[in-house]
Order: sequence, then structure tokens, then C-alpha cells
Amino acid sequence: MEVRSMHFVSRVRQRLEDPELQRNLKRTRGRNAASRAAAVAAFPDFDAVRARATEIRASVLRDLDVWLERFEQKAIERGATVLWARDGDHACELIIDIARRHGVRTVVKSKSMVSEEAGLNAALEAAGIRPVETDLGEYILQINDNEPPSHIIMPVIHKSKEQVSELFARVHGTAPKTDIEALTHEARAVLRPEFLGADMGLSGGNFLVAETGSVAIVTNEGNGRLCTTLPRVHVALTGIEKVIPTLEDLATLLRILPRSATGQAITNYVSMLTGPKQAGDADGPEHMYFVLVDGGRADLLGSEFEAMLRCIRCGACMNHCPVYQTIGGHSYGWVYPGPMGSVLTPLYQGLDKAMDLPHAATLCNQCGVVCPVSIPLPDLMRTLREKQVERGLRPWSERIATKLWAWVAARPKLYALGTRVAVRYLRWLADGRDRIQVMGVAPGWTAERDFPAPAAKTFRELYAERRRGGGQ
Amino acid sequence: MSVRDDILGRLRRQLGRTDSTTLAARERVEATLALRQTGPRAAADALLDRFIERARAMISSVDRCATEAEVPAHCADWLRGQGLPTTLVVAPALAALDWAGAGLDARIGAATGDDLVGVTGCFRAIAETGTLMLCSGPQSPAVNSLLPETHIAVVPRQHIVADMEAAWAEARRELSAWPRAVNFVSGPSRTADIEQTIVLGAHGPYRVHLLIVG
Ligand code: SF4
Repeated sequence: MEVRSMHFVSRVRQRLEDPELQRNLKRTRGRNAASRAAAVAAFPDFDAVRARATEIRASVLRDLDVWLERFEQKAIERGATVLWARDGDHACELIIDIARRHGVRTVVKSKSMVSEEAGLNAALEAAGIRPVETDLGEYILQINDNEPPSHIIMPVIHKSKEQVSELFARVHGTAPKTDIEALTHEARAVLRPEFLGADMGLSGGNFLVAETGSVAIVTNEGNGRLCTTLPRVHVALTGIEKVIPTLEDLATLLRILPRSATGQAITNYVSMLTGPKQAGDADGPEHMYFVLVDGGRADLLGSEFEAMLRCIRCGACMNHCPVYQTIGGHSYGWVYPGPMGSVLTPLYQGLDKAMDLPHAATLCNQCGVVCPVSIPLPDLMRTLREKQVERGLRPWSERIATKLWAWVAARPKLYALGTRVAVRYLRWLADGRDRIQVMGVAPGWTAERDFPAPAAKTFRELYAERRRGGGQ
Repeated sequence: MSVRDDILGRLRRQLGRTDSTTLAARERVEATLALRQTGPRAAADALLDRFIERARAMISSVDRCATEAEVPAHCADWLRGQGLPTTLVVAPALAALDWAGAGLDARIGAATGDDLVGVTGCFRAIAETGTLMLCSGPQSPAVNSLLPETHIAVVPRQHIVADMEAAWAEARRELSAWPRAVNFVSGPSRTADIEQTIVLGAHGPYRVHLLIVG
């Protein structure tokens, strides 16, 4: 997928001024947070499970090279083919090659975020192979001119039923309807023959289990099961960081993933797929491939951003982010929105291509608190901001301002004088009120909100007065 | 150099691997696999009640009968009561039951896109979440619980276990070969993609009926 994170600020402005989007975002705001809270409260000692999950993911990263070899060996023993992809483009090449070798014309796809990273649909189409998204949300986006998803779990969270209705009527040539059940069943009827007729199924992978060489996928709709059961070829496309050790670890992670994502104790379907159809099996694909993608992941290992590789793509951080919930996922400009995207996009696409993302947060740490694998998202964003400054990527005015501040802060007398002057100036701006409505030096700050007026005297002045007065 | 070796090589560089730390890592990995440490689990009491309660919460319907021989008659009653067709596709594992005797038109085998009612057994049933664990194989095609609009599962009472960990332990003990597909099914297929409104029967079955035997 093309990176558009450079134009963050202008896009955010459009989103804020789009009444329909604001209405749609408002409808679900807080709902996922509430269902997560209920699911977590209903589970005895969720924190202990979260700690164990964090430990599982961290321990795999410590020995990722060996775990991957171990997974590969098991998968091959079961008759699967394991391919490694340098990046998204390379993954597309490998998949097109598999499709050509097996004479594939149609690919039914179950959700894979790596496939979005890779821009797989466009690549398949260019190669004359027809991709069909089968997750209802992803299907809606695909028939809407390949619109990008706005959330990793709920891709069409930004759309109303009226918008879906209008789209279905236009694309399916049916009568417009706003009954959500009828719309869902209309999509079911359209997709059913696709499942039955496709030559290849492509899925993502929530986890790769090293013990058995299997991929585990989690869905509510059952499209993941259909894509991996009916077509003669199954390709599981996933990042190299998805490996976990044992089936017991899978059980632990499955206790936190759906609870964190949608507040469910378990999703309707969890499937563990191991190799192709065996002798005597009544169903299953004849060929199974794994495509394991690096795409920037290897470089994070052992770095200050390693914790990000623990991510299990639950979406809790975006469901709890006040910024995400106000501007929606498209503003972030790449596959991953919200706090995890603000960290991942600059890391995978380059700091210079996603200048504003590490700043698109209030650092309120709600994301860090709910992350089921304890990724310190605000710390990582702060580190990215520091990197931008180190590499001279921030605008010159901001650079000079921070340099100036650092110089003054190292000189106590000057600092005291500066803050005294600043306080008097800000109080003059506030003009007797307790908020400043327009701040001359930073109008952007006060465009959407008021700046609180400071106290009459600086802390240092008050401290000095106290010492003089009471000798305390 | 192959892409595989390049990626693994870069991982090793990032981890600062030497021969001795690689050896230590291999030992750690083997030890982790041998240990199979379990994480925190909830208490496992009153398995049957808990299974029924959780299964209903996931919108499966639940019924009971005393012996396996009664299964076909129960299925027939339930299907007629719901106004559903009485033509079934039955997993080979349940071929021995007298389906015709209960007035049902049963075909033994794997479901196709045209079958409306599919019948399966289950390897285990999980009380923690009200979930069926279905292992694919010659006797139990994965499609029977997937393609038909109605899925009926026969759940022997002694197959209800506390949680997924318990089910894995029994699978390791009982299955000679690991199945191609292990499918955990918790109620009918559903989606909430449009306006976060739950709709049943997104792609898989509209209804799941569990018949607990014993
Ligand atoms: S960063 Fe944490 S909360 Fe966000 S998607 Fe990843 S695992 Fe979930």
C-alpha cells in the first residue's frame, strides 16, 4: 500500500470537517473500550494472563532466529512449503509465482494485514489474477474502488449502513436496503460461489505455532475457514514475528486477543492449520505454502523498538486513543492506524515519510495501559520524536526553538528571568480570564482549544518568597 | 545468498549471535518445547453446567439425551420443531447410528455447497468458552460444520474438558497423527462489520445445535 503519511496534517483537517465521518466515528466511540473493560473484568486475574502473554512474546524475540528455523522444519515435515520474502514486493512476486504454477485464476482472501502492507491485490490484478476479499468489511472496501481499511479489526468502522447500501445497490445491481442483516446476507450470497469456485485461498496468520508447524487464524465470520478448506491451494502470508512456541502458549494468547479486540471471550472460529490434505482426508487443500515476510521487522530486533514486534494486532490501542477516535484511521496514511501505526509506519516506511505520526498522540498512555502485550507505545513515540530531532528531520523553527530552550535552561539566572517575562506576557494575553484564546507564537495550539493561563508568579519566585518568609 | 539465509543472518546479527549463544538458544528452545509451560487458567469446576452456559452465551442451542442411540430421533424432533429440512449430511464417524429409522434422509460423507444440514461429532468440547474442538480427518470432514446453514454437533458428556490446554493434552495422547485442521467452533458464524451490529450467518452456519449425550 502506498504511504501517504506525509500529508497527515492536511488530511486530519479534512476529516475533522467531514460531518458524515464524524457522525460515523461518534457512533462507535467508546463502545469497544467498554466491551473490553467488561470482558477483562469478567476474567479472573487478567493481569496475570497479560504478564504471561508479554513474556511469551518477549521470549520468542530473544531467540527469533531459532524459533523460525524450528517452525520451518516442522511445517516442511508436514508437507508445507515455506518461502521467505524480503519485503512486500517480494511477497507479491512469490505469491503470483505460486498462482501461475498452479494455474490459479481467482484467489479468495481472508484478512491479512501483511497483504495490505504488500499491496497484494493490485499486484495480483496486474498479473491477471482476480483477488476477492471475503471478510465483509474488506469486501465492502474492495468493491468501493479498493478503499484502504480504517481499522485493523473493523475495517469499515467509518462507514454508515446507508453508505454500504448505496454501494451494494450500485455494484450488485440490487434494490437499496438499509437493513444490516439483509446487507450482510446479500454479501454472503455474492461471496458463496467465490469460495466454492476459487483455486487458491490466501489467509493471514495470527500466530505460527513452532511446536506443530501450524498457522492459527482467528475469525468471527468463518471466511478464514472457507478460504483455507475449499480451494486446492492455501497460502498463509504473515510477518516473521508471528511465531510462538507451543499449543499452550496459543491458549494463553487466545485468552487475551479477542478480549482486547472486541471484548469477546473467544472468537467464533479459531483454526489451526497444519500442512496440506493428508491421505484419506475428505477435504483440505492439496498444497500449502507459508510466505514469511521481513519487510523491516528484522531490523527492529535488538533495537530500542524491539517491543513493537510483540504486537498481536488486536487494535485495543486505537480503540482507546482519543486522537484515533476523532480523526479515524485513514488520516494515518498507511496500513496501520492509531498508536501502533504511529510507531510502525515510521519504522517500516522511514522516519522522513511519516513526520507527524509520532506526534499524533496526546501521550495520555491509554494505549500503553490496554496493550495486552505491554508495549510501551508512548515511550516508543517519544523515542521516535528524539530520532527525528537527532537526524535533523524536524522543521528549522522547531529545531532552533528547542536548541534555544536547551541553552537557556542550562543558565539558571537567564532561565528565571525568561520564565518571569513569559508568565507576565501570558497573563497579559489572557487579559484577566483563566484561558488564553489565541496565542500569538503558536496559533495552531489554540486553534482547536484554549491554553490555560499561568499562575501570577513562577514556581521559582514562589519558592524564593516562601524561603524568605518562613525559612522552611 | 538466499533470501531465507539473508533474513536469518540479519536476525542473528541483530541479536549479536556467536556460536555459543546460538547453541544456548537452541537449548532454550528445546527446553521450552519440552516444558510446555501453561499460563494462568481459570478454575475448572462444574464442567457440564459451565459448558452449557457458555455455549448458550455464544448463541448455540443445547439439548441433552441419554444414549447415542437416541441421537437420530432427537435430531429429527429438533429439526421438525424448527421447521428445518430433514435431509442431512452426516460425518462418517456417526455412520453407525440409525438415521433412517428416525425418518431422516441421511447421506454419509463430506458436505457440499448444496447441503442444508450438517452433522458432526466433536473431539472435545471446552467448558471455559462453550467451544467445540473439531479435528479434520477421514471420519470427520471439516466442511460438515462449515458449509450447511445448520450445524448439529453430537457432544459426548465425557468429552467436555475444562479448557484448551486440557484439550491439547488429550489430543497429544489420543491422536496418532496431528490433524490437518483443528477447528474451534463457538456458535454460529457472525459479523459486526456494518455499524458494529451483530448479524448471524455471515459465511458459515446460521445456527449451531449441540446435543449432549450422557
Ligand atoms: S500495540 Fe498492543 S494494543 Fe496495539 S494492536 Fe498491538 S498488541 Fe494490540
